[in-house]
Amino acid sequence: MIEANRQGDVWVVAEQNDGELEDVGLELLSKGRELAERLGVRLTAVVLGAGEAGHAERLIHHGADRVLVAEHPLLAHYQSNSYAKVLCRLIEEHKPQIVIYGATPLGRDLAPRVASAIRAGLTADCTDLDIGDHVEPTTRQKYDRLLYQVRPAFGGNIIATIVNPERWPQMATVREGVMRMPDADPARRGEVVRFTPDLAPEDLPLEILEHKRAERKVNLKAARIIVAGGAGVGSKENFRLIWDLANALGAAAGASRAAVDSGWIDKDHQVGQTGTTVRPALYIAIGISGAVQHRAGMSEAQKIVAINADPNAPIFQVAHYGIVGDLNRAVPMMIDAIKRRV
Amino acid sequence: MAYNIVVLVKQVPDTKRLTADAMRDDGTVNRTALPAIFNPEDLYALETALRIRERYGGRVTVVTMGPPQACEILRESLERGADDVALITDRRAAASDTLATSYILSCAVRKLGAGRAVDLVICGRQAIDGDTAQVPPQTAEKLGWPQVTYVETVEEIGDGRVLARRNTGRGTERVSCPLPCLLTVTDGGPQPRPPSARRIMAVKKARSRAELERDARDDAEVLARAESLRKRGLLITQWDLDDIEADLAWCGRDGSPTKVKRIQSVVLTGSGFKKVEPAEEAVAAMVHELIEDHTIG
Repeated sequence: MIEANRQGDVWVVAEQNDGELEDVGLELLSKGRELAERLGVRLTAVVLGAGEAGHAERLIHHGADRVLVAEHPLLAHYQSNSYAKVLCRLIEEHKPQIVIYGATPLGRDLAPRVASAIRAGLTADCTDLDIGDHVEPTTRQKYDRLLYQVRPAFGGNIIATIVNPERWPQMATVREGVMRMPDADPARRGEVVRFTPDLAPEDLPLEILEHKRAERKVNLKAARIIVAGGAGVGSKENFRLIWDLANALGAAAGASRAAVDSGWIDKDHQVGQTGTTVRPALYIAIGISGAVQHRAGMSEAQKIVAINADPNAPIFQVAHYGIVGDLNRAVPMMIDAIKRRV
Repeated sequence: MAYNIVVLVKQVPDTKRLTADAMRDDGTVNRTALPAIFNPEDLYALETALRIRERYGGRVTVVTMGPPQACEILRESLERGADDVALITDRRAAASDTLATSYILSCAVRKLGAGRAVDLVICGRQAIDGDTAQVPPQTAEKLGWPQVTYVETVEEIGDGRVLARRNTGRGTERVSCPLPCLLTVTDGGPQPRPPSARRIMAVKKARSRAELERDARDDAEVLARAESLRKRGLLITQWDLDDIEADLAWCGRDGSPTKVKRIQSVVLTGSGFKKVEPAEEAVAAMVHELIEDHTIG
């Protein structure tokens, strides 16, 4: 167990896959920067790998004060045991007060393994982090400046704030796409600490026989405009309307879980709690009733247009413009209006 | 080579069945109005275990932690083909977070392995109430075993290793992992078989002691019914924290580093939107506004 260290840094574990840094690590640096400044401590990024040039500089340009780079040929490919071993040692040595990970498949495999080994608390899939005080109701003990870990639970129907008063570091995984990607500042300078951790072949029990990276067919996170269809679209043929409007706008096509489950569009297009979280400039929701699971993935869009036949559909609660009516009439009208302007 | 397999399962409220009936007037969710179900991905874990047993022989034991009501999914496991089941129920385990839960489950796996070593623990990837996916990797760590998460299919087992295909959604991997190990499976693998009619009849009367205590008039009746069930092999194994030799300091509230500070129900608030008539002129005016404020273009 690691004792509380009030002077400890804020850490972001930056994930790399096949030598490429994942966006979520950079996104976490914006929130990490904010937390570190509130606490008056450094923001440290930690990256594990076989030794890729350029990652440390990029992490500094995006807000890290210091980067710990663990380099070892045995870290070239992720394994739970080897990565957890290196991270546990680092945490024991440096005693950070906060460690945040991306809630990616890798982060969700790694973070619990680390938490269990050092017997620290861990909150999964946070959508926000903050610093605040806490009084433990059972002991009346007061804790200053803890990490508030905010996450949806119960299928998105409740929002829970979790704290971790005693057993540090305070650790959380954070959903991809919910934190703003910071702007890179090439003038930023920071400290880079490179080292070779102790690893032996027995730290890698798995044999990776085959490893294929799936090419995402659509990058919803990067789309400025998303046109999304749901159950109300009615059929795969009718989903053509969604594509037509998306094409007219130069937008990406999105979908609710219902549309994906019906086989009208590939799962890569799914927006929502089990799909992708997006924050585009414009989100057009067509025939989507707006269950909490879906709204959790899109309510941060700057402008939302909802088209639905049901005036009581919850999607209208988050919409800026609402068209109550037949989408088969309204969508062609929109396409028409956009084309006439061009 | 036969394998001794433990499947860890959870009973959860059916969060996907969230209809208007489960909503209160104030817009929050009435959890008790939701049916309790077998966590969906845990059914895939059970199916994976049953297929291994059918191919190689062995034994499948299903374990859950929860209130006496959780025996419902243990009976369902028996109906679907599990050889044995066990309920961990103890008030002192209440308020356990994922770390404490994984500790308790690891104690149960150790107890099950005391006679014949456990080769595999199989879990669903995550439960639909918490969606954390933390308990399985933490249980693996507590056991000191390797883990393979996001498994779609187990291709084969032999020479003390399991060969599995995992799909994280970002890519696929075929990995070989030494036994004993822990697997978490997604719903991308073979469909869970339905309960068999014959087995439904056979295990209909199976009960745990906790259920008997809940339903019986007095202790004498509990004893009599428990004895009668035991003779027919229908008394569901029930353990408390002492039975699995758990250190209480690592269980329940005391064993849980994370504390819930606040719970807010998501309330639908009508912030008001601009209503656009489904007519050409109105739609064109909306598009014009979106172009004017540089949202489009």
